[in-house]
Amino acid sequence: MRFTKDHEWVEVDSNGIATVGVTAYAAEQLGDVVFVETPAVGKAVKAGDGFAVVESVKAASDVYAPISGEVVEANAALGDAPETVNAAPEAAGWFAKVKLANPAEVDALMDRHAYEQYLQTL
Amino acid sequence: MRYLPLTPDDRAQMLGTIGAADVEALFADVPAAARKAALFDLPNHAGELEVERELSGLAARNRPAGAGPFFCGAGAYRHHVPASVDHIIQRSEFLTSYTPYQPEIAQGTLQVLFEFQTQVAALTGLEVANASMYDGSTACAEAVMMAQRVTRREKAILSGGLHPHYAAVTQTIAHAEGMEILRQKAAIDAEAAVIDAIDSTVACVVVQTPNVFGVVTDVTKIAEAAHAAGALLIVVTTEAVSFGLLKSPGEMGADIAVAEGQSIGNALNFGGPYVGLFACREKLVRQMPGRLCGETLDAEGRRGYVLTLSTREQHIRREKATSNICTNSGLCALAFTIHLSLLGETGLRQLAALNHSRARELAGALNGVAEVLTPRVFNEIAVRMPNAAKVVEDLLAEGIVAGVPYSRLDPHAGMDDVLLLAATETTTTEDIAALSAALKGRIG
Amino acid sequence: MAMSNVGRPTQPGAATSEGHASLTGGRGLLQDEPLIFELGGWDKTGVDIDAPEHDASDLGGLVRAGPIGLPGLSEPETMRHYVRLSQKNHAIDLAIYPLGSCTMKHNPRLNEKMARLAGFADLHPLQPVSTTQGALELIDRLAHWLKTLTAMPAVAMTPKAGANGELCGLLCIRAAHEAAGQGHRRTVLVPTSAHGTNPATAAFVGYSVTEIAQTADGRVDLVDLAAKLGPDVAAIMVTNPNTCGLFERDIIEIARLTHEAGAYFYCDGANFNAIVGRVRPGDLGVDAMHINLHKTFSTPHGGGGPGAGPVVLSKALAPFAPAPWFVHGADGLELVEEAIGEAAQAFGRMCAFHGQMGMYVRAYAYMRSHGADGLRQVAEDAVLNANYIKARLGGVMTPAFPDGPCMHEALFDDAWLEGTGVTTLDFAKAMIDEGFHPMTMYFPLVVHGAMLIEPTETESKRELDRFCDALLALAQAAKAGDVERFTGAPYLAPLRRLDETQAARKPKLAWRPEPATPLAAE
Repeated sequence: MRFTKDHEWVEVDSNGIATVGVTAYAAEQLGDVVFVETPAVGKAVKAGDGFAVVESVKAASDVYAPISGEVVEANAALGDAPETVNAAPEAAGWFAKVKLANPAEVDALMDRHAYEQYLQTL
Repeated sequence: MRYLPLTPDDRAQMLGTIGAADVEALFADVPAAARKAALFDLPNHAGELEVERELSGLAARNRPAGAGPFFCGAGAYRHHVPASVDHIIQRSEFLTSYTPYQPEIAQGTLQVLFEFQTQVAALTGLEVANASMYDGSTACAEAVMMAQRVTRREKAILSGGLHPHYAAVTQTIAHAEGMEILRQKAAIDAEAAVIDAIDSTVACVVVQTPNVFGVVTDVTKIAEAAHAAGALLIVVTTEAVSFGLLKSPGEMGADIAVAEGQSIGNALNFGGPYVGLFACREKLVRQMPGRLCGETLDAEGRRGYVLTLSTREQHIRREKATSNICTNSGLCALAFTIHLSLLGETGLRQLAALNHSRARELAGALNGVAEVLTPRVFNEIAVRMPNAAKVVEDLLAEGIVAGVPYSRLDPHAGMDDVLLLAATETTTTEDIAALSAALKGRIG
Repeated sequence: MAMSNVGRPTQPGAATSEGHASLTGGRGLLQDEPLIFELGGWDKTGVDIDAPEHDASDLGGLVRAGPIGLPGLSEPETMRHYVRLSQKNHAIDLAIYPLGSCTMKHNPRLNEKMARLAGFADLHPLQPVSTTQGALELIDRLAHWLKTLTAMPAVAMTPKAGANGELCGLLCIRAAHEAAGQGHRRTVLVPTSAHGTNPATAAFVGYSVTEIAQTADGRVDLVDLAAKLGPDVAAIMVTNPNTCGLFERDIIEIARLTHEAGAYFYCDGANFNAIVGRVRPGDLGVDAMHINLHKTFSTPHGGGGPGAGPVVLSKALAPFAPAPWFVHGADGLELVEEAIGEAAQAFGRMCAFHGQMGMYVRAYAYMRSHGADGLRQVAEDAVLNANYIKARLGGVMTPAFPDGPCMHEALFDDAWLEGTGVTTLDFAKAMIDEGFHPMTMYFPLVVHGAMLIEPTETESKRELDRFCDALLALAQAAKAGDVERFTGAPYLAPLRRLDETQAARKPKLAWRPEPATPLAAE
């Protein structure tokens, strides 16, 4: 699993499909998540662009795509159960699956150790 | 001064606590050049009696609608409002409270909003309604912009029967946001003409029923055509009492219904404040503008209400908000809800039926005097009347306000010979007879 | 003696109220009240309406077939229902309502009486203009007052509230730029402390928003402003006094820089109450400013509206004001409903008809009552009251900007709560138990845990002292570790804290009939 400074995570499977979500740290900071707007399947996303929105009661935050590619699946379960983002942010609370356009982008992201170091600085 | 509780002694003591020499010191940050020592060139304070005298004098120079036969409609309607409505809305707890941001001490306002939303949803036949907009015209413009967000298309088609002011407001506001607004030529009975303009680039079509000429239209086919092209149907209603008799927008396939709610609970007020009604399909709710009140529980499990889905709104979403609206029409919505609670289903149906009956009576009385142009009437008709504006001015001499010349709303439509007349439960048989006699007198 | 021992006993029992609960959930005068949908009869009505003479057979299939779903109540039931609900609301008439940036002042009842005169309330917007001369005259007089108080040459009366006024102002600015071949200017500069309607309105008009930094003393950062004022900037939107309750000392320089860069200066007039009668925005270089009649000029907030937001305009922007407006003609005031001929620069129309007449009558009655002298006193007392609160609380709570006076509102941060386990929200909720409405919280966003207190001029010293004493007592309790008093608050309000998360996750936005209960399986 790889991480961004904006608190998104990415995990790539053997077929080059990246699962994307927000980190446990982000879920904690957001508070109770009440709504997630996931991207449409088929949408082409570019690393760094807003591609989802996560809402708590008092705030709405853009989620940036950590990597470029095409959205192949969105987590429909979040529609009925947005609280999954709080309960299991780095597992069942994933946002979308993206077919990687440029696998090298993943290597540029932080590993867990580096991300944890980064959190210490915040 | 009667609204200022501080005495000179209080002020002196308070300045002492603050540690300021005088009140001028508190304005030290204002650039000296902009600090005015002299009073502005306006009269000084006046007692209640004096103010009342001046305002009563101004009021006396107007001719109230209730002073005699009166037939103006075209987006604002004279109805009887029960005395209890105005009494309740003047209770301090409703009149002098703010937007209910602290729900624990605003359950009165919040429960009313929840009742209001439920009533509006029921009237329009849609699943959800918001807590009000400024008026029907701004609600219409907001609906068009909402359609843009939902469909991600940029074009809106407005029917030729849409109230010209609504079209102008939509043109102004939605165009400012980058939409292309196509308004069809004014036409008495041509709501369905929008169908020919629908294509895959259209975000929404906007039709009105009863339209500005009083024509009632079944918009089901328009809804089907819009949906087939991936567009939304927005149905506008300026006379909310019509919901008591006519098929609802939701029943006919509307995705968004907007209406002017003034007719229920609110006086004419020379055009405002009024109350915009806004309802839509549940799946569209996150693109809706304005405040929403929702049900929840308190820490002890008791039912209560809060403002919810606020992340759509300006105070949280800022430049990404669905609208910039903040203050809306809370107290007018309260008046609407109280009046509708008094009416209930039974009363509203009776009221609507009576309005319809009076309009039929009016149309019948004008038969032979002027050609009635409205084929399917609720409580308003359009008649052919050469130089309608002049006729209205002339009839004033006989104490009759004969209606609204269409040319006043839309001077370039080439419809100087169309007069719009409304009849409500406040219109009497004698009023109608007086109008008919006066018009006959002109011809004869 | 003829001893009589009849009558009621006069000695109460000795038990305390501690832990006492009623059997029904009622609490004395405070009644639980169902929704009308749970109370009303589907065939009951509280009005008596004549039977129609004609039926609706002419409408055939256009008639609604099924039930609408509206319950009805008789008049006595209606009165009870809404009066019971009213008793669950806080109101200005009950106690100070110190919401910063909202100007919750007393609403004079003379205004209500005047607005209900048939000559104003029972006027149709489209009846012949010759029959509404008194109404037009009132609007004209109000416009004169607004222009004189602001030293601005023109005013667009129709905007329906503050945000609608902002929209009107920005549309004027956009039209002016387009007319001057400057339509490429698409950026609006907004300070980080701005009210949310400012960026929302700019976006509404299709402008992009760039934030201007704030200095350590809570004002617009001139260096940052100058750096961002480029050829793409259409306008700046600055609230003055600003949302920190401070006067922008460099306001004239801000205006100069803005104009030098070819942009317009939109001033958010939400806080005009602090300077009315003393300072005229026109003297500060403002090009457009909305005036919330429901703030400065006392029209009631009504639980969230209606308001009114006329926009005063500079000479440069005046030609672009929206329809309709009035002109003095040979036969009195005439209504211009459409921009033709010389006036063809008007940008369009903000709303149907002529704006918020009911609010105009109230605001004008208020202005006439106060007069030039009274309005000046309004600003002075509003500022005095806020500084008094800042002085009384400043020793315990931490003012966000301790140096110098504030204007009409006192801003505190939450530094003084550090280590107590009490948040700004908790503190505010505990105020409810003491009988006060909380201040504005967590706004402006630039101050951590912000508490923005605006008393207005209509609070007596006695009420201010009562308020300050209560806040100081609460502050002491917070510092003494009485944390539950805050984290569980309110305890004594009609309801305890409400679950906003649940409300947003599973929105329930309308009452629906309970589904029929299936018969028990046993």
